[in-house]
Amino acid sequence: MIDEVIVETKNLNWSYNETKVLDNVSIDIQFGTFSGILGPNGAGKTTLLKLILNLLKVEKNSILIRGKDIKNYSRKELARIEAYVPQSIKMDFNFTVEQVVLMGRTPFLGRFDRESGRDFEIAEWAMKETGVLGLKNKLITQLSGGELQRVVIARALTQEPIIMALDEPTSHLDIHHQINILSILRSLAKKEGLTIVAVLHDVNHALEYCNNIFLLDQGKIVDSGSPEKVITPEVMKNVYNLDVNIKKNPFTGNPYIVHDYA
Amino acid sequence: MHFKEMISGKYKKTVFLLLLIILLVTIVIAGSLGSARISFPDVVRIIIEPITPMSIENSNIKETSRIIIWKIRLPRIILTVIAGMGLGVSGAVFQGIFRNPMANPYILGISSGAAFGVTLGMTMGLQITFLGIGAIPISAFIGAISASVIVYLISGGGRDILPLLLSGIAMGFLLSALMSLLMYFNRSQLENIVYWTMGSFNAASWQKVIITAPVILSGSFFIIIFARDLNLMVLGEDSANSLGISVKKSRLIFLLVSTFITASAVAVSGVIGFVGLIVPHAMRIITGPDHRTLIPYSMFGGAILLLTSDTLARTIIAPTEIPVGIVTSLLGAPFFLFLLNRMRNTK
Repeated sequence: MIDEVIVETKNLNWSYNETKVLDNVSIDIQFGTFSGILGPNGAGKTTLLKLILNLLKVEKNSILIRGKDIKNYSRKELARIEAYVPQSIKMDFNFTVEQVVLMGRTPFLGRFDRESGRDFEIAEWAMKETGVLGLKNKLITQLSGGELQRVVIARALTQEPIIMALDEPTSHLDIHHQINILSILRSLAKKEGLTIVAVLHDVNHALEYCNNIFLLDQGKIVDSGSPEKVITPEVMKNVYNLDVNIKKNPFTGNPYIVHDYA
Repeated sequence: MHFKEMISGKYKKTVFLLLLIILLVTIVIAGSLGSARISFPDVVRIIIEPITPMSIENSNIKETSRIIIWKIRLPRIILTVIAGMGLGVSGAVFQGIFRNPMANPYILGISSGAAFGVTLGMTMGLQITFLGIGAIPISAFIGAISASVIVYLISGGGRDILPLLLSGIAMGFLLSALMSLLMYFNRSQLENIVYWTMGSFNAASWQKVIITAPVILSGSFFIIIFARDLNLMVLGEDSANSLGISVKKSRLIFLLVSTFITASAVAVSGVIGFVGLIVPHAMRIITGPDHRTLIPYSMFGGAILLLTSDTLARTIIAPTEIPVGIVTSLLGAPFFLFLLNRMRNTK
């Protein structure tokens, strides 16, 4: 792992119509890590993710991407560094899977360029990595939720990004597909050195997959660091108002939480 | 057909060539039909006469045929083709911007703005001309552009799609009400106004071709160059922004260019429904949704549909002419219902 901070936020504040959504958030995201942004509903997770993608307006010098102010990047430059996987995509147009994946090459194409052999190769590689190569010629409107999510990840991969930012990538999926998506992401982080930042809802997924957690509550960072360090019964009580026990997963040896259902 | 073949370049070129041939054949048929029948070969000879250096055996062509083609039929045919191209292109653009295959070029109030402009002009007895263009197209054009600009501004500068759409609908109702009010108090103009809103090319002239062609053709060319951005915009604003385009800026540019294209078409023909809705739809079935091919296809599809409709409109119960807007709606509405049904069934 190369010791480089890819994303740095410095005392980041953000308000929506006078309401403070993020309050003095300072985080560092290291190269090649799998980071999870956790917190209860309304904690500001999605806002933080969108800010580091420059999808929301931000003040000068509060977010640095590879040491440079995010405001000094053009959208195209940024699209070669960061890729975004939204929570869900709605599509009424019959693009094929391959066409959608190839759109990930846009940041590398000039106004009059068409996709070339190399672009097709990269798209093919991305579809293989995410297990959708067999769906290449299928229409995007005919896919299941799990297939669609993998196609969107393939499109993001096709951007050859350094960092991939995902907003609740598993929220519309059944448990099998949740694990499938997260495992794909973990293997990409390991194999390709891809830095992953994902807003996650399931604390157990974060404990299993992340090597770094940012825990947000009411727009403030409660704690950050390794999952074992951040997720404690005290923190879970304070942030989620939940009594939990921490156990060891017999399959993986990683911690997981159990809680009362009263 | 297999989708791999459908998106291959060869298939696309073949279909494009086919559309071009159909358009040329339609032009010849349209030139031939009318109160004076002119044979197909004569139509072709008369049209290519000035651009062929070799002298063809033209002695047997009647001089009146030449006059009918060059002074009456050809300006109308070319104007129809240009307007059809414009409506096809702007329909595809609006559907892309609004991420909705059911959108059409009139949703921002262009048609009601134009109709209101014409009503106002007629009831005030406006007598202006500009570059050889009369009061009606000018008031239609100004009405169309003003309505769209107002809709854009009151909906918050296009920050979001939905307010834009709703403001357009509200503006449409408001202008229709104002138009009815004007018509109610100026009944002498009633027939003229109603007839204009039905759409017709019977006032076509070379002057109108010269004014509208540069706007519509250069606008369409511009949109073809930027067509890839429309593909990304269909994915949604955040996704498109994260792929390196600036959605807000692109949206404004697309809206501006396609509004000028639509307003130009409406100004010289009146409100012609369904072309901008149906053509991109039909072309999407043939070529898929990639706007880089969809836009040029829609250009030619729009021209073919509108020219066919106009030829039907002026010949089907000749010597009486039906407004072309009635023909396109009669053809378009059932097709629209068919598409709705098809979409429901595939979901």
